[in-house]
Amino acid sequence: MTDKNETILSVRGLKVDFTTPDGDVNAVKGIDLDVKAGETLAVVGESGSGKSQTMMGIMGLLAANGKVTGSAEYRGKQLIGLPIKELNKVRGSKITMIFQEPMTSLDPLYTIGRQIAEPIVHHKGLSFKQAKVRVLELLKLVGIPEPERRINSYPHEMSGGQRQRVMIAMALANEPDLLIADEPTTALDVTIQAQILDLLRDLQKRFGMAIVLITHDLGIVKHFAETVVVMRKGEVVERGTVEQIFERPQEDYTKMLLDAVPSGSKAPPAETAPVVLEGRNVSVDFRIGGGFLTSAHTLFRAVDGVTIRLQEGQTIGIVGESGSGKSTLGRALLRLLPSSGHYHFADKNISSFGRSAMRPLRKQLQLVFQDPYGSLSPRQTVGEIITEGLLIHEPQLSRSDRDKRAVAALKEVGLDPAARNRYPHEFSGGQRQRIAIARAIILKPKVVILDEPTSALDRSVQGQVIELLRDLQSKHGLSYIFISHDLAVIKAMSDYVVVMKNGKIVEEGQTEDIFESPHHEYTKTLIGAAFDLD
Amino acid sequence: MFHFILRRLASAVPTLFIVVTISFFLMRFAPGGPFNLERPLPPATMENLMKAYHLDQPLWNQYLNYLKNAVTGDFGPSYIYKDNTIAELIGKGLPYSVKLGSFALLFALIGGVLVGTLAALRQNSFFDFLTMSVATTGVTVPNFVVGPVLLLIFSLTFSLLPGGGWGDGSWPFLILPVITLGLPQLAVFARLTRGSMIEALHADHIRTAKAYGLPSRSVVITHAMRGALLPVVSYLAPCAAALLTGSAVVESIFTIPGVGRYFVLGAINRDYTLVMGTVVLVAIFVIVFNLVVDILYGLLDPRVRHD
Repeated sequence: MTDKNETILSVRGLKVDFTTPDGDVNAVKGIDLDVKAGETLAVVGESGSGKSQTMMGIMGLLAANGKVTGSAEYRGKQLIGLPIKELNKVRGSKITMIFQEPMTSLDPLYTIGRQIAEPIVHHKGLSFKQAKVRVLELLKLVGIPEPERRINSYPHEMSGGQRQRVMIAMALANEPDLLIADEPTTALDVTIQAQILDLLRDLQKRFGMAIVLITHDLGIVKHFAETVVVMRKGEVVERGTVEQIFERPQEDYTKMLLDAVPSGSKAPPAETAPVVLEGRNVSVDFRIGGGFLTSAHTLFRAVDGVTIRLQEGQTIGIVGESGSGKSTLGRALLRLLPSSGHYHFADKNISSFGRSAMRPLRKQLQLVFQDPYGSLSPRQTVGEIITEGLLIHEPQLSRSDRDKRAVAALKEVGLDPAARNRYPHEFSGGQRQRIAIARAIILKPKVVILDEPTSALDRSVQGQVIELLRDLQSKHGLSYIFISHDLAVIKAMSDYVVVMKNGKIVEEGQTEDIFESPHHEYTKTLIGAAFDLD
Repeated sequence: MFHFILRRLASAVPTLFIVVTISFFLMRFAPGGPFNLERPLPPATMENLMKAYHLDQPLWNQYLNYLKNAVTGDFGPSYIYKDNTIAELIGKGLPYSVKLGSFALLFALIGGVLVGTLAALRQNSFFDFLTMSVATTGVTVPNFVVGPVLLLIFSLTFSLLPGGGWGDGSWPFLILPVITLGLPQLAVFARLTRGSMIEALHADHIRTAKAYGLPSRSVVITHAMRGALLPVVSYLAPCAAALLTGSAVVESIFTIPGVGRYFVLGAINRDYTLVMGTVVLVAIFVIVFNLVVDILYGLLDPRVRHD
């Protein structure tokens, strides 16, 4: 095994710059890093800190408008400016990478077996046939069941966790010295996250490679890394052992990051508070397959007999992993998709309401989506986006009245009213989510369904958005249904929690009870996976 | 796969039926008829002609008779080329047109993919700008300009190639018509390939391939191009139809005895059966090429594979 104190990667004065039409962007401003053999180094920072671009720069993977300067030596070999043929001897063999998006990081057109074999074939000079033995061995190693069958699977036939296992198999194929893991678990469900991290740790013990873990998630860092580098805006803010960083952080920014886990709680509404929205025995089926002249379709039950009662001023948190049916339930409660069940809104039975009957009620039932990038039209100004609902629901308003409402709504979500003349791309993720919230509250709704509203945001921004949502709630007496996979956020936001799995409610109760004394195994697993890490 | 092809062929029947029905009635509602000549025929002759070709019967009867005969492969006699049936006319001309069209398709496909890929790899370079401007020109300049200009240069001025005709169907006779017919399609393929190739090269899995030290050749050809070809493949069917109809002009410029001229002549002369015959021909081509496209799609992309 390698000498524990040998420095295998030494980075000095590394800069990454991007040329853009708006001028040069200095993404990484001259940083130093050392990675020792067999150690785990975490590079921590929020989006835009340059943590990923540092590694992309070293590996020659920057976008075409990116440029890397400075020095990065791998065992004495300068990687910066190395001809691509020489660099290709190191990439995928001595230094390997896994990425955040297991969905898109694999080529959808080739079997996973072939993709794992490719680096072996190229670096070891074997044929694909010869490499197959090694591929099977690797699949077994990363815990893919039935490797003989799965070797012929395509990425779309596997789950997110399995795809990340495939990426890890690829990374280990040539027994690297250094594995760079760029947000390896960010796109995965919490229980899967824990499995992938366990796997990485186990494999590191067996093979002794060093790991550079790029992440925004301090929970992972604490459990997984030995040394930590905190980055902000392209510079290293602080570095030290995990103990130093977590127990005795020196810099304000580090302290802020450590405190950024959402805090606070929400008191339940009075027991006598009226029920605003109720769905009884809600079921949603999706058709799979079927078409003109083709075989009959099958039904997939996404939501299975769920009953939910939302009181005025209440926040119900719906927790579940991807595919649990939580978002579908949210849409069904708003009568946005065909479903069966009984629905009541503000004492009105709306079970049989069609699209046109629902339309006048839509004003009071609003929805905020996860993706603040995709849910705002890039071709409308912020003002047009947030007043669009007024045009439909309050057509009697004059242009200047609408503008006044827009100003008020933007002020309420903490944005400068001047923002209404600008376009969404000019705003950060957190600001965009505020715009999306302004679009919902401008109509003075009774119920807002929040579908993962903070999942695409940095922790420090998440805290601000949660605070804003709580303020708006108490000010306007709003009722929320808060859908999230993130238990820390759920805990801070809701007073009642519903845990969903495979379309069914497995457990529900007051937030405190659920987090203090969960009964169902699945709830325990979820909470364990989320809070063990913190 | 076999079932998929069978199913698709079965669904071609209603498609063809609808195409035949619509064009049959459209054609009949257009003013004029096959025997309306510049100097009108004597009424008695006209009457006899109408009777001989069953044009005096109610439209519904004619339509049902046409359908009945068409099912057995009998598309009737031509009204203008009086000694020939439609099947004979098309049968005679089709081999020329198919040969010309196939080479034009290959020329357009291979050339377009090559040019588009190179342009994508050198995005925003001089080569990129040059080829894309040429491609735009290729789409905008009509083939009745390109053909004569090529003839002027290569045949009349430098006497390098024959000035038209089919000869023995060998290369010298084919080069100019193939280029004239294929050039606009090559331009479309080049633009399509460039666009989808640029997108493909930015995909996450391309970054993975690079991160694993795969040589540029395999990054581009194995990983980027296969995905980039999908939109290109989808254009094959409209392209085949465009080549078939485009051959009308090209075949007259180069005096090739293909089926192309029947599209124009049939329509101008209100040769009902000839128009119907060519319509059915084009429809069959489009249906077959759509099927080919779907099969190719399945081969290229496992996510849409038909089991």
